[in-house]
Amino acid sequence: MTPNINVVILLFASIFTGNIVLSYFLGLCSFISISKDLKSSNGLGLAVTFVLTISVAICYVILKYILKPFDLEYLRFIVFIIVIAAVVQILEMLIERMSSALYISLGIFLPLITVNCAILGVVLFMEIRKYDFLQTLFFSIGSGIGWWIAILALAAIRRKIENAPVPAGLKDAGITLIIIGLMAMAFMGFSGMLSVQ
Amino acid sequence: MEYKFLFDSLVIAGISTILALLIIIVDSIVNNYGEVTISINDNKKVIKAKGGSSLLTTLSAERIFIPSACGGRGTCGACKVIVTTDIGPVYPTEKPFMDKSELETNTRLSCQIKVKQDVSIKIPEELFLIKKIKARVEKITDLTHDIKEIIFKFNEGVDFSFKAGQYVQLEIPPYEKIKDFTQRAYSISSAPKIKDKIELLIRLVPGGILTTYVFKFMKEEMEFDIIGPMGDFIVRENNSVMICGAGGSGMAPIKSIIEDMIDNNIKDREIWYFFGARSASDQFYIEKFRSYEKILPNFHYVPMISESESGDRWKGEKGMITTVMDKFLKTKIDKNAPREGYLCGSPGMIDACVKIMKDNGIKEENIYYDKF
Repeated sequence: MTPNINVVILLFASIFTGNIVLSYFLGLCSFISISKDLKSSNGLGLAVTFVLTISVAICYVILKYILKPFDLEYLRFIVFIIVIAAVVQILEMLIERMSSALYISLGIFLPLITVNCAILGVVLFMEIRKYDFLQTLFFSIGSGIGWWIAILALAAIRRKIENAPVPAGLKDAGITLIIIGLMAMAFMGFSGMLSVQ
Repeated sequence: MEYKFLFDSLVIAGISTILALLIIIVDSIVNNYGEVTISINDNKKVIKAKGGSSLLTTLSAERIFIPSACGGRGTCGACKVIVTTDIGPVYPTEKPFMDKSELETNTRLSCQIKVKQDVSIKIPEELFLIKKIKARVEKITDLTHDIKEIIFKFNEGVDFSFKAGQYVQLEIPPYEKIKDFTQRAYSISSAPKIKDKIELLIRLVPGGILTTYVFKFMKEEMEFDIIGPMGDFIVRENNSVMICGAGGSGMAPIKSIIEDMIDNNIKDREIWYFFGARSASDQFYIEKFRSYEKILPNFHYVPMISESESGDRWKGEKGMITTVMDKFLKTKIDKNAPREGYLCGSPGMIDACVKIMKDNGIKEENIYYDKF
């Protein structure tokens, strides 16, 4: 059964209360490494949102009109990954053509969006929660924006503490993980506002 | 039941095909840069080519060969060109090969940058002289268990002029699991006086693509493409004492340099040549160089081995090349005369020798080397 949720509420819920990275801890690798630099964080956030929206929409169509009618759901993981990989390939070509500076600064993390677990996570949530197409669309856009906002916030905080006297053992990844933990707790504050599951 | 599996596979194949087609379509639209113009050395030569490939391959398709010891994989840093058009920031893959002044003059690695627009570049004039020609393997000789001396003969009428110390790139066809043509750089070990042949020394590198081919498949009478000559590892014409150091197949350019001196009758220059090998059976050309010592009165050949095996009848120097070189620099070679270093061998050996030479007062700018 399709859950009865307003799409606008779903959009905000997936940005704040159910933030894909801060509530579900998906897509952490690039979240940690790219957040060193605010500008590339912005680029990667945009790229992830783009890939997420397009690939989740394609996956929805394939799931509903091909996999389900032919009783092929057991193959869905392979299909989802192929779709995501293809979308990332196309995005990579577009970015290389349009902004070589961004292409360079994203480096290996651009092709690695393919294995960004946030994207496969959203695709699987879409299936488990039985969203309809419109809800799927808003849910994936929201999750993308949520990831984008989170990486921007983290990059901004990291820039702020760049010169802070962090103990040697906690430098870089260590303090970043602590910050992410604190951010996740802060985002928990949103959970009273909206709740959709 | 078994038909269901076939059907499922077909559906997956269908989905993959559609996505692949989509990628191909986007690729043909997005990566189509059309025809671009490359202007070399202020319009001295202008080429029109299809955009989208690396500058190195685009130029070599137009028969302009930028030196590239690694064959365009971005590991040797040899294929530098100056790009005067703004083509965006330097890639992280280029940075390790650039010093500050090169970054300021917009020097780029031609194998790493794609030609996406009209560009103007600057390359040294002598690169126009580099040619790609066919050569036939005339003779293969085993010098040691892992070094072969290979003589390539050019076709009638070819005049292959080069300077002693320069190198060529040898191209081999695909074989076994290697699907592409492979190029690697080898110093010429014969003297420039011989213009219809060149001699290369090739040492087997375990797992090396080209050297494995040479040792397993290269036979006499086979034909290969040779690109060259390239490189600036040449003798500076002055009167300073030449201190040469080499190991293994690093012998090649220095042999060429010494033979060139014999051919040109340069007898007064003092030359010390330290040649290191692991054991006596890894030493070669000893008699040849002893005979050169008789022709050139100021040439001293110092072969050495680093392993002291029991029952070894080795009479010469023992120890690492750095130890022996240090000893000679301190005791036998005039410290007050101007001295120059010429080194060829593995990066580790060169770095160690450069350090020893600097410790003994030879200026770094007077030490020349080819790292392969």
